[in-house]
Amino acid sequence: MPMYDMNKILPGLIIFAGLMTFPIWYNSGNAGAVPKPEKPTNAKECVRPTDYMRTSHMVLLNEYRDAVVRDGERGAIKDAGGVEYDEKSLMLGCMKCHVSAKKFCDECHTYAAVKPYCWECHIQPKETN
Amino acid sequence: MRVLYPFIAVLALVAIAFLGVKVAGLQYLFGVVFPYLAFAMFVGGFIAKVLGWAKSPVPFRIPTTCGQANSLKFIEQNKLDCPSTFWGVTGRMLLEVFLFRSLFRNTKAEIHDGPKLVYGSSKYLWLFGLLFHYSFLVIVIRHMRLFVGHVPGFLHTLEAGDALFQVGAPLLYQSDIIFVLAATFLFLRRLINANVRYISLPADYFPLFLILAIGITGILMRYVLRVDVVNIKQLAVGLATFSPVIHGEIGTVFFIHVFLVCTLMAYFPFSKLMHMGGVWMSPTRNMANNSRMVRHINPWNDPNIKPHSYADYEDEFREFMTGANIPVEKE
Repeated sequence: MPMYDMNKILPGLIIFAGLMTFPIWYNSGNAGAVPKPEKPTNAKECVRPTDYMRTSHMVLLNEYRDAVVRDGERGAIKDAGGVEYDEKSLMLGCMKCHVSAKKFCDECHTYAAVKPYCWECHIQPKETN
Repeated sequence: MRVLYPFIAVLALVAIAFLGVKVAGLQYLFGVVFPYLAFAMFVGGFIAKVLGWAKSPVPFRIPTTCGQANSLKFIEQNKLDCPSTFWGVTGRMLLEVFLFRSLFRNTKAEIHDGPKLVYGSSKYLWLFGLLFHYSFLVIVIRHMRLFVGHVPGFLHTLEAGDALFQVGAPLLYQSDIIFVLAATFLFLRRLINANVRYISLPADYFPLFLILAIGITGILMRYVLRVDVVNIKQLAVGLATFSPVIHGEIGTVFFIHVFLVCTLMAYFPFSKLMHMGGVWMSPTRNMANNSRMVRHINPWNDPNIKPHSYADYEDEFREFMTGANIPVEKE
């Protein structure tokens, strides 16, 4: 069977196949490095279980931010193991253990192309490396 | 029934994925084997379908003319609605594909007391159709961040634009809301409008339910149930680099979402969804109305049959014609 208008249909199909296989040729076999966030040395438990923190830490941070900024509540938090933390705070709470934003936060965020806007209000601590 | 069966079919798909992963533990089947199969069926099936269409000759110019054709010099041609040149057709096609121009012309007919038939403009289908398609496009492109190891800049820009209002954490995407609203409108339109309901088939409802279910599981996964994105990206990039690994715990809702997408991809080439390829190939839009300027020859004409003009015909049958008193041009 002959095919008609192939001078237009063929380029169209090539463009289609090219767009659909974008991730394949863009990666060209290179999966990139798997993120390895640096674990804190001074504590073993976070304010919530690891599974929860891995999937939902942003919800907790959002709640804390609203509590602190809107209601002025910097109440103490207890972790899963019963250890008490002084206050709801990113830089004086979370970052006491997770000291480096670069080595902890950014590892996964860069990998998953997530750009939280923490540092639009907070002043990011300078990191030497 | 025409609504209920497709709905049950989509629920069954959800149940299959849920049981397959949660009970039978077939993560590899649902996370790796099905996506590869579905993707191959989608791209292969799409190309096969288009090539199948390419085999049909379209020998005659059959554009729908919606305006004044090219005529005498003092009559103004409507160059978009009755194009006679390549660029006219290109403009018409681009407006059709990217702005759904023919839907913009949609009219509704109503019978009032009298009886009086009244036509009015109806732009809702155009508006929600456009919103639906563009939010779907944005969502599909946005998902590429999970499939590429190094995320290119334009994806960051799109992401930032889509979450422009910075609502909540994780940030709320506008496209998610528009997508669900528009798809719901398209469904309700089929259900509520009696004329459209009469012509709607299971093949119309099934893709709508399937796409809505994909949207809902995706939204659940991002805003409600939440899953480990790093593990998911490892799997997705693995798929794109042909070295898939399922690492750590991934929520069941992810596999349901993926299974529904796989169904959509596999179903795509065999369904009305092929309008994605078909819109480019509709001869009533992509042909120039130039049959008075160019001679179009039917490709399946037998080359052995030579043109036979009236003059030749008369030469051949003159005797019989004059014998039967049929007037002839040349004595």
